[in-house]
Amino acid sequence: MVGSFKGDTGGVTLSHVEKIIHEPYLSDFKNSIEVSLVTALLGGLLGFLIAYAAIREGTPRVVRTVLTTFSGVAANFAGIPLAFAFIATAGTIGIVTQWLNGLGFKPYDHGFTVFGTTGVELAYLYFQIPLMILVIAPAIDGLRREWREASLNLGASQLQFWRYVGVPVLMPSLLGAMVLLFGNSFSAYATAYGLTGGSVPLVPITIGFNLSGNVLDDPHLGEALAFGMFVVLALMMLIYIPLQRISSRWVR
Amino acid sequence: MRTRIAPSAILWLLVGAIYFLVPLLATLIFSLRSGTTGSCCTGANYGEIFRDPELWRSLKQSFILALETIAFSLALLIPTVYWVHLRVPRLRPLIGFLALVPFVIPPIILVVGLLDVYKGTPQWFYAEPYGFLVAAYVILAFPYIYFSLDSGFRAIDVHTLTEASQSLGATWRTTLLRVILPNVRTAALAGAFLTLAIVMGEFTIANLSAFHTFPIYIQYINETKAYPAAAVSLFSFAITWAAMLALLLAGRKRPLQFGGAR
Repeated sequence: MVGSFKGDTGGVTLSHVEKIIHEPYLSDFKNSIEVSLVTALLGGLLGFLIAYAAIREGTPRVVRTVLTTFSGVAANFAGIPLAFAFIATAGTIGIVTQWLNGLGFKPYDHGFTVFGTTGVELAYLYFQIPLMILVIAPAIDGLRREWREASLNLGASQLQFWRYVGVPVLMPSLLGAMVLLFGNSFSAYATAYGLTGGSVPLVPITIGFNLSGNVLDDPHLGEALAFGMFVVLALMMLIYIPLQRISSRWVR
Repeated sequence: MRTRIAPSAILWLLVGAIYFLVPLLATLIFSLRSGTTGSCCTGANYGEIFRDPELWRSLKQSFILALETIAFSLALLIPTVYWVHLRVPRLRPLIGFLALVPFVIPPIILVVGLLDVYKGTPQWFYAEPYGFLVAAYVILAFPYIYFSLDSGFRAIDVHTLTEASQSLGATWRTTLLRVILPNVRTAALAGAFLTLAIVMGEFTIANLSAFHTFPIYIQYINETKAYPAAAVSLFSFAITWAAMLALLLAGRKRPLQFGGAR
């Protein structure tokens, strides 16, 4: 069973692989990497801020329970229904779009469209932020409150605490989680397909077109593109594994 | 010392709540609008969706696919994990690593490989969702089911249970079915519900191998009818929520969970 997907890069001659490092496929990779970077950084940052807000002392415990339960669901809730939720929200006749139109600010006159790259990024954040919350919560738990109290007692300011204690301790976990988020959005297909119908050229979308023979029809090119994705994801794992090892030091 | 909730914490939680609730609310409002006048509020869209026989056909197909995937995965993995824990614990890290492979290799790459590998297999397998798709979904479900079974087996004393049942004269089959299985039931259920949620929402592989499952039906409605699409999207959330709630109720500790139908 496991062997069946090990061979999935087989039968690729160099000519196909060569093709994918040239236009237009090169820009597919650029787009995919850009979308993944943006959603990994933004998702990572927002996910961390929300997770920290829920976990820090002062916030009622019930907030955390609700947040982790919701994140567990939202991280798995993606694809076609998610794409439609964003069309209903920010599409041309979406609820928020109409509301803004009513206020006199027409987003679609200002170059905004949910069916483009920005829309895809907006929708991806819907599963990126919950994933970040799930992944980073144990690391935030590892940031012991004694450290904070100790540094404040020694006369450090809030800023100094974060500068010299908080950020250095959390850095490996934050980076590791963001690498994971990068891979997560790099491999996403259904959400982008449902939202844009394939008008935003991302690598998974192009692979899909090549396989289904809708617009393009070259299964070997699809295989070569899949191989290219695999290389990017393998590199990602090479970064992720050592980071994971360092960060697990602080997590109880 | 009791600290009050920090203002910045309130701000970020509020930002999060708005971002996550607005699309759900928008979908709900959308689903209640009338298709002809665009005004609120009518249940007509739900009526239209639930009267569509294609909804029930695709839903039934996805559900059967999920059950088949769960059955195959459990039949394959329960004896395997049992054997590994009992006899060859050295192999645990290796299997754990293999289980991570479907996480690293996303469905979009997987489907490329599978279409190629299974090309030339008999029609009853290659052209039937209950053959080809189940084979693909068993791979997708592998990490979820494996990790939840693994933690289930770690929580019980496999050696003592096996020895006790053997000294009482039980065969391997009896031991597995009557002794081990009831003890890992919660773990198996947790993996099963997660698999159910994944298979019911899987779009990538089904779309590219041209099978008409439930998510494909949703996409078709999305492209053709705006307001009923909101109704069917919400219906699909409800299924995911139900599976996840069942998972929470069935399992004590939730397994590693990310992935799904992106």
